[in-house]
Amino acid sequence: MEYRDYYQILGVERSAAQDEIKRAYRKLARKYHPDVSKEEDAENRFKEVNEAYEVLKDPEKRAAYDQLGSNWNSGQDFQPPPDWDQGFEFHGGGYTEADPEAFSDFFESLFGRGGFSQHGFHRGGRQFHAQGQHTYARIAIDIEDSYAGSKRQITLKHSELGADGRPVIKERKLNVTIPKGVTEGQQIRLAGQGEPGMGQGKAGDLFLEIVFNRHPRYSVEGKTVYLDLPVAPWEAALGGKVPVQTPDGKVNLTLPANSKSGSKLRLKGRGLPAKEPGDLYVVVDIVTPPATTDAERAAYTAFRDAFHFDPRTASGRT
Amino acid sequence: MLPEDDTSAVVLDESSQLTLRELCIACSLSAEQVMALMEEGVIEPHRDAGPMVFSGVCVRRVRRVVRLERDLGVNHAGAALALELLEEIEQLRARIRRLERR
Repeated sequence: MEYRDYYQILGVERSAAQDEIKRAYRKLARKYHPDVSKEEDAENRFKEVNEAYEVLKDPEKRAAYDQLGSNWNSGQDFQPPPDWDQGFEFHGGGYTEADPEAFSDFFESLFGRGGFSQHGFHRGGRQFHAQGQHTYARIAIDIEDSYAGSKRQITLKHSELGADGRPVIKERKLNVTIPKGVTEGQQIRLAGQGEPGMGQGKAGDLFLEIVFNRHPRYSVEGKTVYLDLPVAPWEAALGGKVPVQTPDGKVNLTLPANSKSGSKLRLKGRGLPAKEPGDLYVVVDIVTPPATTDAERAAYTAFRDAFHFDPRTASGRT
Repeated sequence: MLPEDDTSAVVLDESSQLTLRELCIACSLSAEQVMALMEEGVIEPHRDAGPMVFSGVCVRRVRRVVRLERDLGVNHAGAALALELLEEIEQLRARIRRLERR
């Protein structure tokens, strides 16, 4: 088990006052909150920061932690000394309202023995029923998956109380049918697939939030899908039929003559499927071939001579 | 113990409808807490006579607001503002992604 330097995580001195710790925590929480931050590692950093604050905000836990001494370095192998917390009284169990599953082994070994108070066990022989907690996860799918619907197997981790009353992490595989037409940020609810209930309580639900994998040619805003269509200059100028691979399959698109780069062609109702499906916009992207051979250079020269075209004047590109 | 396959995946979108009770259960909140967020304008029920009905997107909005309040120590108004700004940022980021690829 690795020692965790909670002061270092929050970026404060060991002598920091409580209000200083709170300030540092709030700042980092705003920075790394998974709802707010777009940094890759935000979720892990946020958990770390929360765990540190969970200990340092509470004078009882902080005093107990401080007592371990300041000679430890982050990541150093650590075993808590026996009876290290003797003489300290923790109120309200080891955990507060923060998500206990997010805490490290290090935290568990120090403060985890208060038990999972919010999970409720049988106490004094009285039967205890409670609905299981809802659980939440993200699932990344391809844009095409939303068009066709898809099946995914996901692996969920959850904690259960082991025989000794301490939580153990268990893995569970689940086959999920992703319905047609889901959009980014949308949630799918799987009734009864959250944490099991206590006693006769029902299991909680599982909520999956959809994110789309990035695609080199497609992008999505709401139900509207955009597709970049590379075309040759002559295709753009002369117009005609162009085969286009859409997320929905191949279509033959009629490109109007004199299409400009960046112009959008709307295919009504070919965006993400729904009762009122979104539209698909094909965005014209004119790609000019490089001139490398004499013949190609001659073609460009003929091209130049045929036009009296200066793209830097108003009659050029608009 | 737990079924391996789901048979009950439900998309929570604009067209799905939840009663106040269902919304409370989905968000693990009391009716009072949900009503307070309604007063703040975080969620709005459809009101065609009869009982209140909420769209599925309310679940995500409520849950985000609850997380923001709990983790960042902001009040209802602050969390509601953050939520709106976050949703706008999401739209802008999607647009930027589209425009930057070209």
